[in-house]
Amino acid sequence: MLSSSDGLQNKSKIITSRMFIISSLKLAVFIAIIARLFYLQISENIKYRSLSDKNRLREWKIAPQRGIIKDYFGTDIAKNTQVFQLHMTPEDVPNLEELFFKLSKLIDFNDKRKKNLIKKLKKRKPWETIIVSDNLTWEEFSRLNLFLHETHGIKPVVSVDRKYLEDKSSAHILGYVSETSVKDLQNSKLLREINIPGLKTGKNGLEKYLNERVIGKPGLQRFEVNSSGKRIKELKQIQGISGQDFRITIDQEVQKYTSGLLENKSASVCVMDIFTGDIVAMVSNPTFDSNKFVYGISQKEWDLLIQNDKKPLMNKSLSGLYPPGSTIKPIVALSALENDIVSPKLLVQCKGFIDFYGHRYHCWKEKGHGYMNLRSAIKQSCDIYFYEISRRLGIDRMSITAKDFGLGKKVFSNFNEEKSGVVPDTKWKLNNIGTGWVLGETLISGIGQGYFQTTPIQLCLMIAQFANGGYQIKPRIIDDKYELQSTINAWREEFSSINNNLYESNSGLKKLYRNKENIKFVNEALYGATNEPLGTSFRSRLKNKKYMFAGKTGTSQIRTITEEERKLKLKNIDLPYEKRDHALFVAFAPYKKPRYSISVVVEHGGAGSSGAAPIAKKVLKMVLDRHQLRKKYQLDLFQKV
Amino acid sequence: MRQNFYRGNLQFKDKLIGFDYFLVFLILILGVISLFAMYSTEQGNFGYYTKSHLYRFIAFFIIFLIVSLFKIKFWFRSAYVFYIITLLLLFAVDSFGVTASGSKRWISLIFINLQPSELMKVALIIFLARYYYKIPSDNVTNIKYIITPVFAIFIPVILVASQPDLGTSLLILLGGISIIFLTGFRFKFFLYSFIVLIFLMPVGISLLKPYQKSRILTFLNPERDALGAGYQIIQSKIAVGSGGILGKGFLQGSQSYLDYLPEKHTDFIFTLFSEEFGFIGSLLLLTIYILIIFRITKIGNSVKNNFSRLFCFGFATAFFIYVAVNMSMVLGLLPIVGAPLPIMSYGGSSMLAIMIGLGIVMSCKIHEQEEIN
Repeated sequence: MLSSSDGLQNKSKIITSRMFIISSLKLAVFIAIIARLFYLQISENIKYRSLSDKNRLREWKIAPQRGIIKDYFGTDIAKNTQVFQLHMTPEDVPNLEELFFKLSKLIDFNDKRKKNLIKKLKKRKPWETIIVSDNLTWEEFSRLNLFLHETHGIKPVVSVDRKYLEDKSSAHILGYVSETSVKDLQNSKLLREINIPGLKTGKNGLEKYLNERVIGKPGLQRFEVNSSGKRIKELKQIQGISGQDFRITIDQEVQKYTSGLLENKSASVCVMDIFTGDIVAMVSNPTFDSNKFVYGISQKEWDLLIQNDKKPLMNKSLSGLYPPGSTIKPIVALSALENDIVSPKLLVQCKGFIDFYGHRYHCWKEKGHGYMNLRSAIKQSCDIYFYEISRRLGIDRMSITAKDFGLGKKVFSNFNEEKSGVVPDTKWKLNNIGTGWVLGETLISGIGQGYFQTTPIQLCLMIAQFANGGYQIKPRIIDDKYELQSTINAWREEFSSINNNLYESNSGLKKLYRNKENIKFVNEALYGATNEPLGTSFRSRLKNKKYMFAGKTGTSQIRTITEEERKLKLKNIDLPYEKRDHALFVAFAPYKKPRYSISVVVEHGGAGSSGAAPIAKKVLKMVLDRHQLRKKYQLDLFQKV
Repeated sequence: MRQNFYRGNLQFKDKLIGFDYFLVFLILILGVISLFAMYSTEQGNFGYYTKSHLYRFIAFFIIFLIVSLFKIKFWFRSAYVFYIITLLLLFAVDSFGVTASGSKRWISLIFINLQPSELMKVALIIFLARYYYKIPSDNVTNIKYIITPVFAIFIPVILVASQPDLGTSLLILLGGISIIFLTGFRFKFFLYSFIVLIFLMPVGISLLKPYQKSRILTFLNPERDALGAGYQIIQSKIAVGSGGILGKGFLQGSQSYLDYLPEKHTDFIFTLFSEEFGFIGSLLLLTIYILIIFRITKIGNSVKNNFSRLFCFGFATAFFIYVAVNMSMVLGLLPIVGAPLPIMSYGGSSMLAIMIGLGIVMSCKIHEQEEIN
């Protein structure tokens, strides 16, 4: 027994000593665990804390308010307005079908919108709020609020969205905003950075040009989210910054009035300040409702706009290309005088037609004008006279003068949709058509036909630069105090050097002439064209000295008149609409102390004298009436320095 | 002193005096901490998990007390029966078990879903303690005395591994081996087995299920599959690491609150605790576990008979292994294997097994003077 007891004693000693070994191991392991805890929680704490925050925090951006665009007198022409939206959180909706049925009773929610919504829902997570409707009427909004207790998962929300004037006359200038597309994102780094679903972006016009400046800075909402991304609670909210507001040079009242005059016509009217280059009006007709694009235009309405022959979406003032017709004659005359090709005294006999190089060229006046000098040729717009001087001048010299006056290149840099037009010369034809210049083409270029293509805004700029005495100006549509100040300073400098009979001035203004008298001569002839009997726009003249203007008509043919048609003596009115001539008119006013220039283009409007000049007369009168008012908003040019 | 009046039967009053109250206190403290942790997993709601954890703790604490009051001789005599019943239950799991998340671990016993593999952790220790208590140390290495323990260990280990529950089976294996080590089994045999094990590794790996392989690969490089298999370990490390020195505060653990922590009630309960109470809190919890192990070891030192000694040392070691494996796992020191943290983790069978084990330890303490011949 004793030995057995000894054996057990011995055994317990062994067990205890083995336990000591194990306990030491345990200690080592616990130290390792503590070391690990120390490493994770103390040494690497910052790293893991930021990883934990990255898990836990999600930020959502809030769309900023777009900057407001005002006209010259401060009227908001593109503003933001309260809109009533309906938001839905799908996971909170107990029964979608039932909700859709209820919505169809309460608001305008048809099957098509339902289908679109279901399509959108499939792409989203159930806790992500979706916009069901973003332009509820007040009635719908209040009805929804009334029945809110019966519908779960939806929320009527008051938000802010773009709103344009009811009066659609400035739609082409402003353009419109609409939901950001993939293409918009590709083209703009800023949009990619902002990246808010449902953000509206400018698609054309000034909304596009100014987009990055009016869009503003988005606000921020920081949420704590769970592992599946659901928002648990809001931690922080940072208000966004509204975009920059802009004032433009447009007079909305003139726009509206002009737009009214152009009713049922496919036409463009541009009015420009001949010194500052301010665009007072730039109307294109027919127009469209920018508001319809904000929430996505319906296919039906889009089709109507696209299929309309008068192209309502096109800004004709910038993108419409028209042969200038006789409105080019001041340029041809000036070019001939500047290059000493002709003397104003040169007489040419107009018999109604002339034969050159085996081809017969006609004057618009079938019976002919008889003997003409340069002034009477401008005044009565004698084609034969201009065939003769362009033949002597040649296309290349004519083209240089035309380009100097702003034809053939874009007037603005602000608009994507603007076209540059064509001022042909021998080189241009060789490069673009591939054949050599033919002399006959010089003749028809001399009366603004052939390859010549101009936009209404180019014609307005051209005549403005005659009116201001032959100085180059830079048209502007966005008002900028500093830019305006420097322009005004330059003119004051120029005027004072003229008054002091200084030959040179430091104004920095670029002169477009060689001899000042030539400009004066053309302007004086234009006076005759409007204010003297036999002048082409005599019937549209304003007799009051305050309004008296000087202008040049133009009728641009869009087809070749055959000899047979000539014999039939067809009048424009007898032709089908799309074959009628375009009516053009350019002018400046008041004649004695010019300040504004105008260009009017009426597509298929017949003769310039009857189709375009009467409109110009009305618009000019209104612009001049509003001049005193406009002057109050800017520094007086003629003030003594 | 006591020996003088000790005549084999203790009065109830003597038994109460014989309790190790410090150990009882540690168990209660751990129970309370586990309830707070459970309450936090439910974002501060006294919800299903907290409630059922509380009820279980109360019930099993009572079982612990009852087990303590039984004579140690009773446990000595019941050792083989306990083991055989548990083994039969393990076989029963194989045929009538309840399958959950791809493995068959539970058996439905009218009012409770029992996980016999957890009970086996204790049953094996008591079996081996009984088997070895009288075998002289010199004979332990004798082939005659090796066969039985090897079968006793490997039958449950293989059964559990085939459920499949690799984690629990490894824990059972380690518990068994630690007793054999305690009996004085020669070092060189452990060395040989270790070498053999190394050579058998490739075979073992080829027997692993794909998800088990991926767990090991993921352990070696969690970023391998950050949103899949590596997700648990990455998120667990973020939670612990972001806790810092003092933690994010009770109920403030964003990782668990926002559902980034997987299995936060069970295997990852320490992660949650560590996130909310930081380094200091974790040290405190670790200290409680160390003290419990220390207390059990101390009891093992004070007992008269080798059965009690072997059981206490064996259980202390097994308890240590559970704590160490669970913590190493959530801290990214070991691959993810299913290993609950004693008492803290949600799970009835695990807590029951631990409480029975602690009860037997307490019985050893109360009856420390008892001899077994």
